[in-house]
Amino acid sequence: MSLTEKYPQEVEKILAKYPPEHKRSAVMPLLYLAQRVEGYATRAAMQEIADLLEITITDVASIIGFYTLFHDKKEGHYRMQVCTDVSCAMRGADKFLHELCDNLHVKVGETTEDGLVTIEEVKCLAGCDKAPLFQIQGENGIEYHENITVDKTLELIEALRKSGKEVK
Amino acid sequence: MTHILLRHRDIPEIKKMEVYRKNGGFEAFKKVVTSMKPGAVTDVVKASGLRGRGGAGFPTGLKWSFMDNSNWPHYVVANADESEPGTFKDREIMESNPFQFLEGVAISAFAVGANTAYVYLRGEFWQLAAFLDDCIEEMEKADLLGKKLFGTEYELKLYTHLGAGAYICGEETALLESMEGKRGQPRLRPPYPPSFGLYGKPTVVNNVETLTNVPMILTKGADWYKALGTADSAGVKLFSLSGRVNKPGNYELPFGTTFRHLIYECGGGIINDHPVKAIMAAGASSSIIKVDDKVLDTPMDYASVSKLGADLGSASVIVIDDTVSIEWVISKTVEFFKHESCGKCTPCREGNYWMKHLIERMEAGEAVEANTELLLSVAKQMQNKCLCALGEFATMAVVSGIERFPDDFTASSIGGGHD
Repeated sequence: MSLTEKYPQEVEKILAKYPPEHKRSAVMPLLYLAQRVEGYATRAAMQEIADLLEITITDVASIIGFYTLFHDKKEGHYRMQVCTDVSCAMRGADKFLHELCDNLHVKVGETTEDGLVTIEEVKCLAGCDKAPLFQIQGENGIEYHENITVDKTLELIEALRKSGKEVK
Repeated sequence: MTHILLRHRDIPEIKKMEVYRKNGGFEAFKKVVTSMKPGAVTDVVKASGLRGRGGAGFPTGLKWSFMDNSNWPHYVVANADESEPGTFKDREIMESNPFQFLEGVAISAFAVGANTAYVYLRGEFWQLAAFLDDCIEEMEKADLLGKKLFGTEYELKLYTHLGAGAYICGEETALLESMEGKRGQPRLRPPYPPSFGLYGKPTVVNNVETLTNVPMILTKGADWYKALGTADSAGVKLFSLSGRVNKPGNYELPFGTTFRHLIYECGGGIINDHPVKAIMAAGASSSIIKVDDKVLDTPMDYASVSKLGADLGSASVIVIDDTVSIEWVISKTVEFFKHESCGKCTPCREGNYWMKHLIERMEAGEAVEANTELLLSVAKQMQNKCLCALGEFATMAVVSGIERFPDDFTASSIGGGHD
């Protein structure tokens, strides 16, 4: 089903934000919409966005390639993105990330066996005073978890698993 | 001290529209729209001495006065792309005192004759953008946005726009490119945004903290604001304190407060009482200051910090103690800038790649001294050659770190990491 069929009101609301002669500005909000279901932008969605905005699919793909929150491949249902920049690392972020990975039997960038969570290392999340922290990118957008421990994170993953989300 | 920006610390529920209004909220906006000429608003902001809080410190009123009045429409864009390691102040403002920020956006829009304003938030601030959308809707319902505001002909629409994870979009021309639906790569400047901005139209881009100062300046006057702070740095500043301190967080202080006060009185001192070894006063893009008593007693204002061979910038103070190797610090900052380089200009794209590569060689124990020398040379060759400030930023910690902390770059000290 196309984006305009699935989310007609949202598409309309997004397009209304920008002058009609500059509707290309809607490419990023539309990509977020496209990622809502699958967690990544499918080729069909990219083509639809290109057609809607009268740009090429290459233009759309270049946006996905440039920005780290856009994806063109399926990964885990949730992306758990840990900041390990200088301030956070001085408060144990590197150690947190590696212990978390060990507990989940994955390496940084890999997805848990059941396809639930991909663990990623990301750049600054503007939460340097609340490290260790990560964000979860999932179907409902992005959520921050701050002053977190490995144990609390494992509990959170367990809760996500039990919430019965169909994965894989 | 009563807060001017972090007012939620004095008035906990100020994020609610009715509480904000009970405490004088939107009175300044009403006053300017109903009784002032746009130019007069700009004059007050000019006279207040307010300078941009995003890092560059450019005088705000002066920026507004550069808007090209022969080319319309005008736009205002609030820069909420806060993404530099060490910086987390705008987020707290928007989460906890959103209406004062939005009132600042509205006043600046009136001052430059804009009828449309955008708030460009980094994509990670997804929940925050949804919250601001709700605030904007409340403002619309209260007739604080829309047509015929306060019975005048002035009209204003406000929108949020989400980025998607790119530090470079904090650079104002990259931000505008991103808003236009393109990759966030900086433009060649000049022309600057007040003559050629969003969609080629005159545009003011201001940081969140800068704009949040504006309503109170209009209410209480330029002289009141100017009396706070120091001669070259008027007013108050949010200091984002992070690193090896006991109580990291945001602290709102007048310019001219000392590092010692920030670190020891506000931040509760260093973890396990270690001595401070170094300070980065402007986040990951800072020169690294070697700390002694004189440094700790330096007032934090633009001029005084500059005398230490560094910049105050966005006042994101990263504190480094003696458990941390400076070589490790620069490996972190270089990794950040390498990842965030947009790839448009060669010195930044290739320079950052090589700096990272050389640090990896050093950490593997390969010809540490020769590679350190080469690293310093690469960093210096990048300086003054990059298209925007990002390339420049990437070299600051490298050059100052190697020159001021040579002991952390020897074969025996390399890979010292941190506690």
